Amino acid sequence: MTDASLHTPEPRKKSSLMTVNARTKSRNASETRFRMYGIAAVAAGVFFLVVLLTAILSNGVGAFQQTFITVEVFLDPAKLDKKGGREIENIKKVSTFGYTPLVQQALFDAVEANGIETPLTKRKDMKALISASAAAQVRDYVIANPEQIGETVSFRVLASSRVDGYFKDRVTRTSVARDKNIKPVHLDLVDGLQAAGVIKKQFNIDFIVGADASESRAEQAGMGVSILGSLFMMLVVLGLSLPIGVATSIYLEEFAPQNRWTDVIEVNISNLAAVPSIVFGILGLAVFIQFAHLPQSAPLVGGLVLTLMTLPTIIISTRASLKSVPPSIRDAALGIGASKMQAVFHHVLPLAMPGILTGTIIGVAQALGETAPLLLIGMVGYIATNYPDGIGAGFLDPNSAMPAQIYEWAKRADPAYYERAWGGIIILLVFLLTMNIIAIILRRRFERRW
Amino acid sequence: MLDVHSHRQEIQKMTDVDLIDLKMSARNVQVHYGDTHAIKDVDIDIEAKCVTAFIGPSGCGKSTFLRCLNRMNDTIDICRVTGDILLDDENIYDKRVDPVQLRAKVGMVFQKPNPFPKSIYDNIAYGPRIHGLARNKAELDDIVEKSLRRGAIWNEVKDRLHAPGTGLSGGQQQRLCIARAIATQPEVLLMDEPCSALDPIATAQVEELIDELRQEYSVVIVTHSMQQAARVSQKTAFFHLGNLVEFGETSKIFTNPEDPRTESYITGRIG
Ligand SMILES: Nc1ncnc2c1ncn2[C@@H]1O[C@H](COP(=O)(O)OP(=O)(O)OP(=O)(O)O)[C@@H](O)[C@H]1O
Ligand SMILES: [Mg+2]
Repeated sequence: MTDASLHTPEPRKKSSLMTVNARTKSRNASETRFRMYGIAAVAAGVFFLVVLLTAILSNGVGAFQQTFITVEVFLDPAKLDKKGGREIENIKKVSTFGYTPLVQQALFDAVEANGIETPLTKRKDMKALISASAAAQVRDYVIANPEQIGETVSFRVLASSRVDGYFKDRVTRTSVARDKNIKPVHLDLVDGLQAAGVIKKQFNIDFIVGADASESRAEQAGMGVSILGSLFMMLVVLGLSLPIGVATSIYLEEFAPQNRWTDVIEVNISNLAAVPSIVFGILGLAVFIQFAHLPQSAPLVGGLVLTLMTLPTIIISTRASLKSVPPSIRDAALGIGASKMQAVFHHVLPLAMPGILTGTIIGVAQALGETAPLLLIGMVGYIATNYPDGIGAGFLDPNSAMPAQIYEWAKRADPAYYERAWGGIIILLVFLLTMNIIAIILRRRFERRW
Repeated sequence: MLDVHSHRQEIQKMTDVDLIDLKMSARNVQVHYGDTHAIKDVDIDIEAKCVTAFIGPSGCGKSTFLRCLNRMNDTIDICRVTGDILLDDENIYDKRVDPVQLRAKVGMVFQKPNPFPKSIYDNIAYGPRIHGLARNKAELDDIVEKSLRRGAIWNEVKDRLHAPGTGLSGGQQQRLCIARAIATQPEVLLMDEPCSALDPIATAQVEELIDELRQEYSVVIVTHSMQQAARVSQKTAFFHLGNLVEFGETSKIFTNPEDPRTESYITGRIG
């Protein structure tokens, strides 16, 4: 016992709580520094987010507006139904070329009627102002309402993409100097027509619901059909990856014995999550298209490929949320004689549900924005000009997808498409945001059941 | 069946007690966790309508052995159990025995209260539902009320049966878990330190409850409190380093233990 007293440390020096000692000071300083780093990091993050959002909005909002011309078109029976009798077969024989002069004439008349001074004297000079889609629009109307032939009907037709660009400051008098499609005199005329209220920039619903258009008709292109393509793909992804992923995770987590095989499977699944998506694309090409002979460019195939990509994400997050359910809950259920399956489905799964749903929605959202694998199965570059007719066609007919459509537009030469690419990104982000909100709502819903 | 009966007779001879009503008996039970030999050759008899207490220092294998009695150890991958454990003359480790069916007969209450994150009502009703003990809602209501009354918690929760069970206090939760265990009408009730999270008042309530349960069930309770073992049990088993050192009448163990290890434990020198 006397030995022990030899080793007693020196008694601590008395110190006042009112003065901060050196140790505390340096501790406080390092804490302050750490906080600064944290705030700086958050600020940087917020800054980049703001830059991103402003860039997207400022570049893309324009795509939701389009320049329209309102014209009174005289549906000349002499041109549209030479034989008379209004037989639909005869009317259909007149191609859009037959309608183009009518639309141009209508605009030419409008110029005269509004007394706009212009050196342009010919009807054909109006071509530069009107979208090529106008003639098709009038033709569709006439085929649907043949009895209107001989009347004068008011149409709201698209202005050409150059005129639209002029309204959006993309096209200026200097930039058109070398342009073959439009001349400064046309722009003067546009100014006059705008003053007269014939040409107006308006909200364009067709950008959201319409189909893609050819390279030369940027003003007509819309996201609608590719949105539908994405939707059908997401149906495939959800319908396959959710049940397969959840079943796999439940089996691996709750039932499978811990042995070398399950270890191998586990490692493989984790690795699959890190495989570049283009690998899944070429796998899809080889397996689904070349081997199984599924149709090319079809949302079904796209959905299958994205399912392969999404599965690991769903499995990993589902297993994590199953793991996070306390084992005492399983013991409780087993202890009163529930079978393993009952314990899992009655108690564990409901508690893991919020996590599973979040993981699934994140996985599906990732798939929604994926482009690379679609390149390889022919869903990029395909111009979908029509809506699929029916559910089956929606899965099997060639289509594109939102990110593929955006990529396609960004690639095209006409600067009008550049704006549409940004606009497409806004739509894509709105979809992703909606999915995230759904995820949050679902999570709240399930969590409320404690 | 024949050899089971002869086995039983042998047991009776070995224990040298006639006319006792045996509920469960274990012979040569060994438990291994991987390479750890956690239970070494344990023989024990659990009587019907009797409270048996397991005492012993931490890590001596009380919980492990308790979990053998309803095969909860099956859920641990690395756990290996050998030997025979009979419930009413049937070997529960027989290949034909479904542990799920066994656990309906041998209920368990855990150390940490673990109510389901569901309503109080659903906590109790779950067992009867999966075992088909009630034919209709009225019967189920009846079972729920009776179980909660027997769990000495009815008065506290009768006005909020549909409130979450996890919203109760720790002691209430533990009594809820006991009520849940007896709702399935088990024949044996295993309790692993059921009072370790409770205050003295709740502990007293649970002990009272255990005493009452003895009228119908066999109760096996693991406890670290000598006083509790002395108060509630008729038989006491002392475990040490995986061995069953001594087993006998509680009064005898606490007043006149045979083994020196038992004596040092109950007097506080080991453990
Ligand atoms: N799941 C497990 N895996 C591996 N070893 C285990 C496991 N559970 C228990 N053991 C080991 O078995 C031995 C007995 O453990 P057990 O939990 O039965 O002790 P106990 O008597 O209940 O202790 P306590 O009084 O602290 O609860 C210990 O050595 C422990 O390390
Ligand atoms: Mg224990």
